[in-house]
Amino acid sequence: MSKLEVRQVSKIYGKNPDRCLRLLDQGLTKQEIQKKTGMTVGVGSANFSVESGEIFVIMGLSGSGKSTLVRMLNRLIKPTSGQIFMDGKEVTAMNKRDLRQLRRSGISMVFQHFALSPHRTVRDNAAYGLEIQGVPKKERTERAKKALATVGLKAYESSLPSELSGGMQQRVGLARALASDTDILLMDEAFSALDPLIRKEMQDQLLDLQDEMQKTIIFITHDLDEALRIGDRIALMRDGRIVQLGTPEEILIHPANDYVAHFVEDVNLSKVITAGRIMSRPDAMQVGRGPRVALELMNDSGISSIFVVDRGKKFLGVVDAERAAEAAKKGQSCRNIVREVETVSEDTVLNDLFEQISKASLPLPVVDERGRLVGMVRRASVIHALAGIAAPRDTEVKS
Amino acid sequence: MNGSVLPKIPIGEWASLLVQFITAHFSGFFGAIADGIGWFVDVLVTFFNLITPFAFILIFVVIAFRRRGWGVALFTLFGLVLIYDLGYWEHALQTFALILTSVVLSVVIGLPLGILAGISKTFRRIITPILDVMQTMPSFVYLIPAVFLFHTGMPPGVIATIIFAMPPTTRMTSLGIQKVPRDLIEASEAFGSTTAQKLFKVQIPLARPTIMAGINQSIMLALSMVVVASLVGAPGLGADVYMAVTALRTDVGVEAGLSIVILAIIFDRISRRAKDISK
Repeated sequence: MSKLEVRQVSKIYGKNPDRCLRLLDQGLTKQEIQKKTGMTVGVGSANFSVESGEIFVIMGLSGSGKSTLVRMLNRLIKPTSGQIFMDGKEVTAMNKRDLRQLRRSGISMVFQHFALSPHRTVRDNAAYGLEIQGVPKKERTERAKKALATVGLKAYESSLPSELSGGMQQRVGLARALASDTDILLMDEAFSALDPLIRKEMQDQLLDLQDEMQKTIIFITHDLDEALRIGDRIALMRDGRIVQLGTPEEILIHPANDYVAHFVEDVNLSKVITAGRIMSRPDAMQVGRGPRVALELMNDSGISSIFVVDRGKKFLGVVDAERAAEAAKKGQSCRNIVREVETVSEDTVLNDLFEQISKASLPLPVVDERGRLVGMVRRASVIHALAGIAAPRDTEVKS
Repeated sequence: MNGSVLPKIPIGEWASLLVQFITAHFSGFFGAIADGIGWFVDVLVTFFNLITPFAFILIFVVIAFRRRGWGVALFTLFGLVLIYDLGYWEHALQTFALILTSVVLSVVIGLPLGILAGISKTFRRIITPILDVMQTMPSFVYLIPAVFLFHTGMPPGVIATIIFAMPPTTRMTSLGIQKVPRDLIEASEAFGSTTAQKLFKVQIPLARPTIMAGINQSIMLALSMVVVASLVGAPGLGADVYMAVTALRTDVGVEAGLSIVILAIIFDRISRRAKDISK
């Protein structure tokens, strides 16, 4: 079961939403409906589900409906139609009390302009959610302090928000959301009001925190770089509709339409595409088989070196044709002639393997976290990928 | 007076009929209010006399110092000593009791109305014209029904003062609540606040400086009513000024007037905290 599921959710502003919904079903755009009926489509039949522990980015320019969409998830805005489920419970059917409970313990939120109370100290701001829940003062102060320590603001708990910089204020906003210890975190343009360096720092911190906490994060942004950096998956919105939903690579490599293509055209692909994405099936041989087999395999494939692995597919290194021939004469096993080479992991981005691949005479071996050989990256596939041409399907490897 | 073809609409007659009706049927109710107000003001005056002028002045100097610092504290000291020296102490206490009662009641009534107006658009639409009338109708006019309903002396003076002084508290409270940034309200809701929690933990605390400015204005308006209130027999410095006008006594007029000004400045300064003003 998905953590969060959004089915056919729409938000219409206007007097006759039913008519508007029918027009939406017929596939009319926001502008056409506006012209025809005078009604505004905030969000038009959004569908997606978010898995537990995922960072799901909703991205779009202003007016695309992303803020409306995220506010429907905790029903700060009531959807006109459609259903939203959290852990299988229907959020859209909840009464006021259940909804309050959900906001207290299920979903917390971080806001673009921080939304901190100027009259409360940093600590009391961080404790706000707990205070609302009626958590005793001692406990909530304790938990607020812990949350502040998590975001690196331990020393500022007695300050007022106005005494902090923007980045620090937003950390308080994040601490406030974390203090409630909810599974789901909504972040509405949380870093957009910060200047670029601080923003990057906050993104890194969020990713670090996420490694530890494994929250389900819905992150709203208008910044493509930010979306690509932190998103496990991205929903790209335009005029109230989700125009494409996929991993950052999918969106970059296979844009669903001209709009998306135009949107992503300036992106530096080398910082997004990973080795795992472009690797091809490795030519490898088990080390136990002799040098003669190695020579034969190389001969068949027309190559002068071959990757060797052990029985568990663990990558050992490379055997060159010359040394294999020597070993064959001397009757040695392959184990003695394996040459170690550098490896890369599946999620290494192309940018980080340029140097290796330019020096290496062989394709780069790609290994998983247990050191098993899962693929190899050829120079040609790197160039293909950067040129925006997908590698032909038959060379893709997925275990 | 009415030479036009339109028949005169008898608004004035309606008003006096209404007052007559109320007097006839609800005099017990209004009498009780009058007694309550009279009793409260008496208690205040008695209490102020009990603690001696020295203690009274000391308390105010300390309050002034704590809220605004040395300058205002010194002014309070010299101002109050001057009133005592001029021989208007007793009347100043009566005026102070009148102001305090009126302002407390203005806040007790006006603040909740202001909160309601801040939250509900409909209520705001209803109450705005009423507040306009309360503030623009010449204050003497209130005195007439006030005499019918509350007789003469302190009570009708207090009532007329409340009507005139309450609107700023209501208006500014409403404004302060409306001015609370939307994202703070949204944040409060997003963390699961109830309406009451939102109000008491976010809206009112954030509106506080504006509300305080409204109360400050109410105090100033109440002070401006002391002479008018004396027309229906409210005692105090206002009565001295009224007497000075009718008897053409420049000396009394200036002294009593100066005493009112001193009280006004002290109340104005200590009812606003330095930190609220700088915002």
